Amino acid sequence: MLERAPTEPLLKVRDLNGWYGESHVLHGVSLDLHEGETITLLGRNGAGKTTTLRAIMNLLPRRSGEIRIAGEDMMKVPVHKTAYSGIGYVPEERGIFASLSVSENLMLPPRVGPGGMSVEEIYHLFPNLAERRNSPGTKLSGGEQQMLAIARILRTGVKIILLDEPTEGLAPVIIQRIGDVLIELKKKGMTLLLVEQNFRFARKVADRFYLMEDGHILESFAVGELDARMDRLHEVVGV
Amino acid sequence: MTMVFGIPLPALLGQLFLGFINGSFYAMLSLGLAVIFGLLRVINFAHGAQYMLGAFAAYFCLAYAGIGFWPALIVAPIVVALVSAVIERTMLSRLYDLDHLYGLLFTFGLALIFEGTFRYYFGSAGQPYRTPSLLAGGTNLGFMFLPNYRGFVVVASMVICLATWLLIEKTKLGAYLRAATENPQLVQAFGVNVPLLLTLTYALGAGLAALAGVLAAPIYQVSPLMGSNLIIIVFAVVVIGGMGSIVGAILSGYMLGILEGLTKVFYPEASNIVVFVIMAVVLMIRPAGLFGKEF
Amino acid sequence: MSSLPDTPAIRDGEGSLEASPRRRAGQRSLSTAGLVIAAVALVGLLLAPFFVYPVFLMTVMCFALFATAFNLLLGYVGLLSFGHAAFFGGAAYFTAHAVKVWHLDPLLAVIFGMAGAGLMGLVVGFIAIRRQGIYFAMVTLALSQMVYFIFLQAPFTHGEDGIQGVPRGDLLGFIDLNQPLNIYYFVLAVFVFGFFAVWRMVNSPFGHVLKAIRENENRAISLGYRVERYKLGAFVMSAAIAGLAGSLKAIVLQIATLTDVAWQMSGEVVLMTLLGGMGTIFGPSVGAALVVTMQNYFATSGFPVTVVIGVIFVLCVLLFRRGIVGEAIRLMRR
Repeated sequence: MLERAPTEPLLKVRDLNGWYGESHVLHGVSLDLHEGETITLLGRNGAGKTTTLRAIMNLLPRRSGEIRIAGEDMMKVPVHKTAYSGIGYVPEERGIFASLSVSENLMLPPRVGPGGMSVEEIYHLFPNLAERRNSPGTKLSGGEQQMLAIARILRTGVKIILLDEPTEGLAPVIIQRIGDVLIELKKKGMTLLLVEQNFRFARKVADRFYLMEDGHILESFAVGELDARMDRLHEVVGV
Repeated sequence: MTMVFGIPLPALLGQLFLGFINGSFYAMLSLGLAVIFGLLRVINFAHGAQYMLGAFAAYFCLAYAGIGFWPALIVAPIVVALVSAVIERTMLSRLYDLDHLYGLLFTFGLALIFEGTFRYYFGSAGQPYRTPSLLAGGTNLGFMFLPNYRGFVVVASMVICLATWLLIEKTKLGAYLRAATENPQLVQAFGVNVPLLLTLTYALGAGLAALAGVLAAPIYQVSPLMGSNLIIIVFAVVVIGGMGSIVGAILSGYMLGILEGLTKVFYPEASNIVVFVIMAVVLMIRPAGLFGKEF
Repeated sequence: MSSLPDTPAIRDGEGSLEASPRRRAGQRSLSTAGLVIAAVALVGLLLAPFFVYPVFLMTVMCFALFATAFNLLLGYVGLLSFGHAAFFGGAAYFTAHAVKVWHLDPLLAVIFGMAGAGLMGLVVGFIAIRRQGIYFAMVTLALSQMVYFIFLQAPFTHGEDGIQGVPRGDLLGFIDLNQPLNIYYFVLAVFVFGFFAVWRMVNSPFGHVLKAIRENENRAISLGYRVERYKLGAFVMSAAIAGLAGSLKAIVLQIATLTDVAWQMSGEVVLMTLLGGMGTIFGPSVGAALVVTMQNYFATSGFPVTVVIGVIFVLCVLLFRRGIVGEAIRLMRR
């Protein structure tokens, strides 16, 4: 594993192309994620945000380009070893397993690095998960499932978390809660790559934004520049 | 002499017990099929051949290596599981991305190869396998005579089914299996070696079949044809129980064995086909199977 | 893991479980080639009995028809029936009985056998269509095993002995079918009829709906098609033509046995179709010719045919899914 220079990003993506079968869905995506940073991918439905996350996790049938985590070349790493580079994935559909209890769902992802939260800490952070620990995974509400999907990654000791639309379809109270959790994580030095359409939520946690359209990165800007970019955002994201 | 519907009670109980024994094998085999199908989505036609291989492994152990029944219960399933694991790794795994029918066709070809090879060397007749001396003879229960070995088989099958159920429902490995059945990609993204899990699952299913084969050796003779005759009935059992369900497979196995036994008493001509008739009826009323989760 | 795959390995070439719609443009030129091949084959078959042992040729034609009928379901509707031997062997029994015991005219007996098979197909199909894909295959297998046991116990089949010494009879009352050339041309005529019937069905509006169902069943349903009826119709047709093949076989080889209704026979017809090329019109016949030849060859050598069949199955599934004709078509398209 290469030693990375202090300014070298924790997650470095260069010229990432992706295909579903013969359909070319990602075109030369490049982004940098520095340690402790929170980045948000913005864009309308179908812009390629989820696809980018999947490509980073090696869940795409075909991809090319360069992906490095802490300097390590991820392109040749098989899917089931990707997590061990310290990267966790909270998918859009949350992926809570129906045939597993809450507790089993929580314990499923193996520890991939030091520094993961203990089960007690997690149940302290998410008390309703503690209450429901023996229920089947899908008996939880949408918000609780989202908490569980985040919680189980927190146990594993990853350094980078990819979150795909964590607030989608949730009540404002829950969204607030999730925002609080993410800010807590940030304080502890976690690096987050967020996909969000709700940029009012995103601006509370993100340091930088990347704007995507049709599988391309259009531009990137810091959270401070968000207001100045509002018209552009309405145009591209259509919110 | 107590008569039930015109049949003497000992005869009825004897036949019911026979049905229970058959049901034990149906349960063990449909369990193995259900486990393999659940994760791999492959209908393992070679299951009957793996059962036959288990019985033959026990026979070889005894005939050529002096290894008796009790060690064979461990050796035979391990050997068959290893062979099956190699087959899964090198060949079967290439078919997972294709239409599921190819998995069925591949395992069908495999079954033909195993059966044909053994039939070439051993003919269609069966080789005898001695009942282990510890379980020889029988016990008179008063209302019926219980052959000891057969009683052991029924108990053993229940233990095996229960142990497998516990493994799948209550252990961490079982949790990996259940999760991978639902969403293999995500489980891999978490860092679980799903390809290895698939191999292990196939090996487990094959090992279960082989274990059933060893148990069968003293009862039904060790014959190259013992698997193929059985496997089609087991398919029907699995369709009746519902493909997605482990519990369904086990319960349906025992139930159908007993029903078959009952049919043999009251309407012997139909005993060969009663399982298939029930399958047809279940399909018309409840296509997903009695315990089925998917349709 | 998808159910009907998008793998390029199968999508190229007409022979496949999923023929790509883009290929249709190329199909017109293939049809001309197809017609030429059909014409050449027909001429060849007309002349063949003078060079090759007629009983062998007739056996090949029976199995070629059986496989072609089977492929109607597999290649064009996408349904794998693992119990087609029930129709083949069942019709063989019906025809054998009709000729030997009822002394029916061979043509009537053959029609009787075919009708019987069609009726069985209606019942089996009705039950099996309740499920799809892999479950359908298992159900057809189980139902055909039931049929096997019924035939085993039915008195008219004489169990393990089968119906032997089936007389060839006089076709239409005056054509003596014991003459090799007479029976040969009769079988050829029926074969061509059956083959043509399948071809017509595939290329008819009915056949086009079947292909649409295979490619996207939900869309066909939303377009208003009674999908179950189409599938059942195809199933009955497939069973009837398979029965036609079995009826012929009973008269040619003058015997009807349990082997004809056993699951191994069902497996063999799958192999013939897979080896020759599913979803192609000529593939099954090519596969049938190869398998029958191979069985003849191995029958005398004592080497286990079952093992060879198993090996070919495994190799075809792993490496050669398009089959012979499928690969040939793909090469021609280059």
